[in-house]
Amino acid sequence: MSATKVIDARNTFCPGPLMELITHMRLAHVGDVVELLSTDSGSATDIPEWTKKVGHEMLGIEQQGDTWHLKVRKAK
Amino acid sequence: MPRKISLVCVSGTHEKLQMAAMFASVAAASGDDVSVFLSMNAVLPFVKGRGEALDEGPFGALLGTKGVPPYRDLFQMAAEIGGARIQPCSMALDLIKAEAGDLDPMLGPPTGLTKFLSDAEGAQVFTF
Repeated sequence: MSATKVIDARNTFCPGPLMELITHMRLAHVGDVVELLSTDSGSATDIPEWTKKVGHEMLGIEQQGDTWHLKVRKAK
Repeated sequence: MPRKISLVCVSGTHEKLQMAAMFASVAAASGDDVSVFLSMNAVLPFVKGRGEALDEGPFGALLGTKGVPPYRDLFQMAAEIGGARIQPCSMALDLIKAEAGDLDPMLGPPTGLTKFLSDAEGAQVFTF
């Protein structure tokens, strides 16, 4: 069964949010969704780029205030 | 297709080690084949009793800000998550008379230039 997990990486600097995401993606099951919260503006471009490169699925990018919400589905 | 990336670190400044560690961790986590060659002053922070990286300018101190991932953690992640090889220069270790037990456990075996250059063939090389 797939699940959604929220990872709060706010107030960490590059590449901290990406490393947090990678750590949790390794523990997730295929089909699980990880929502990353980040205040690092580079995450808005870096996370989709990493997701595309390694073959996962980017579900959404949304900015709320100074926080980016990035949803990624583990595809493999 | 994975890229092959070789990072050559010779500076022991906080700023340059941080940048190299950022490159290493992101590239390794993206599936690239990463090797890091630590020589000259860059190897010292990874040898017991040889001190920490030195701040070169204002950014060195800023890197101590809460929330900035330490360079040592990033190199460790590069090795653990992405299989990056962190290789100390055998010549540098000989000069400071470092023993195997003095080295940070994340380091691979001491490596000579000939071996490193052979491994780096066809790689993108970045120098710090």
